[in-house]
Amino acid sequence: MSENYVPSSKFGKWFNDRLPLLTLSKHLTDYPTPKNLNYWWTFGGILTFCLISQIITGIVLGMHYVAHADMAFSSIEHIMRDVNYGWLIRYIHSNGASMFFLAVYIHIFRSLFYGSYRSPREIIWILGMLIYLLMMATAFMGYVLPWGQMSFWGATVITNLFSAIPLVGESIVTWLWGGYSVDNPTLTRFFSLHYLFPFLILGLVVLHIWALHVPGNNNPIGIDIKKPSKDTVPFHPYITIKDLFALLIFMTIFAGFIFFAPNILGHSDNYIEANPLVTPKHIVPEWYLLPFYAILRAVPDKLGGVVLMLGSIFILMALPWLDSSKVRSTVFRPLYKKFFWLLVIDVLALGYVGAMPAEGLYLLIARVGTIYYFAHFLIVLPVLSRIEKTEPVPLSISEPVLGGMLKPEMARSDRKDV
Amino acid sequence: MDKPEKKGNRRDFIFTASYTVGAIGIGATIWPLIDQMNPDSSVKALASTEVDISQIEPGKSVTVLWRGKPVFIKRRTQEEIAEAQSVSLDDLPHPEKDQDRVKNPEWLVMLGICTHLGCVPLSDKGEYNGWFCPCHGSHYDTSGRIRKGPAPTNMEIPKYAFVDDNTIKIG
Repeated sequence: MSENYVPSSKFGKWFNDRLPLLTLSKHLTDYPTPKNLNYWWTFGGILTFCLISQIITGIVLGMHYVAHADMAFSSIEHIMRDVNYGWLIRYIHSNGASMFFLAVYIHIFRSLFYGSYRSPREIIWILGMLIYLLMMATAFMGYVLPWGQMSFWGATVITNLFSAIPLVGESIVTWLWGGYSVDNPTLTRFFSLHYLFPFLILGLVVLHIWALHVPGNNNPIGIDIKKPSKDTVPFHPYITIKDLFALLIFMTIFAGFIFFAPNILGHSDNYIEANPLVTPKHIVPEWYLLPFYAILRAVPDKLGGVVLMLGSIFILMALPWLDSSKVRSTVFRPLYKKFFWLLVIDVLALGYVGAMPAEGLYLLIARVGTIYYFAHFLIVLPVLSRIEKTEPVPLSISEPVLGGMLKPEMARSDRKDV
Repeated sequence: MDKPEKKGNRRDFIFTASYTVGAIGIGATIWPLIDQMNPDSSVKALASTEVDISQIEPGKSVTVLWRGKPVFIKRRTQEEIAEAQSVSLDDLPHPEKDQDRVKNPEWLVMLGICTHLGCVPLSDKGEYNGWFCPCHGSHYDTSGRIRKGPAPTNMEIPKYAFVDDNTIKIG
């Protein structure tokens, strides 16, 4: 990428001299990208699509939705029954939230596996975690807007988490509610913030991509590469077409949910209007929050549960400093690889028990799962990254391919026996 | 040497003074933006509710809405009163005498909100014949005191008074 970009057209040149916006276009064209990126790397593009899709459908829904405790529930039914294509737009939006989280979890676990959070990409990782936190807040407030039973009681339970804070907890909860319970003032402010947050996310996404384009993409073997070199390909057409193909597959699955099972990820209790006198028998959050909900319920103490639940998210921010392995990619960390997959199973298991009643075997699994979750990041990762003998890492992406068999003398390794 | 030092001190004073005034100004500007989220006058105006209790049979209860929250008004039977009063304070996670939770032992008036995360407990359920919260499994006794489960405290008693024999004013 040459620094002195000159647009070809006369107008382009005139414009770029005054606002060098077109200079950015090279980040979409000849931006050098590692040539071994696999399909796990397509989720960045997919997530951008999800955000834009949620913003567009959300703005449209906001034209028909009424943010008032007496009218919100029926305005949703109005959207579903009366508004032209209202059902489609709402199903895209509600299932879109689930697809967004599905993609973001794959994206996060991809970073975990290939060490994309490691130096020099810590800021990208932290920005990503902030995006994830904002996504959870946005999704939670969006779920409240239909003003069904799950909306109301989900809002009650989640806002009550703040009451666990000593001394000021109750005042904070009253402040969040704007009253003495979840009611109309709560609904209107959630609507306002639910509209705002996606644009904050958009701003963070711009920073996330900016920070990414400073060191460039990590890659499956996790080595630093020269750019541009025979290890890289231009972003266009190689990555654009690959991202687009993955996006089409993703959209096919997305459409499958919208047209064939639009309510499968929701909860039927949310088709009952909010009633402050009756709590549904079994309150569950949306599926993407279940692992954290399991951690909350695993602790038999109110403050302790809240602290561990928040800790389970914030611990991820410290990840770049908990992992001190010389090798980024888990591909070359045979022992850590096993623990990585154990973490994946652990999170899935926590998600499963989060949807089940907190008793008996489910509670036991939730407790063991919670202990492993924290042990993974606080014990396994720091210790293993210091003591594990890693496998030889190639010097370049091309070398193992073009040079035939991996030449031991060409490889960096901690092992003495190779 | 003395002179420049003195000048420096005067400048420091101006800096500190301007930062202070600036901070107070910013604080005074931000406060209305924060306080607007607190309960407004119309919400506070709904602070009290009067309830007619003449139709409630012993052993039955009614639930009324006060400040958007359910309030349980339970007319307890003699057995329930005896059970509530006979519990040793050592058995309670949040020790409170039943006598301190009621104005008239026959009538238990309390906020029907689980002190864990705010769900409405179900009446005549649970291991202590009182209330049971279905959300996260807290058990309350016939005095609304927490006995088992994640809730940290007993269910709250709101401010209330007997206006006459048949009317309770909550708030």
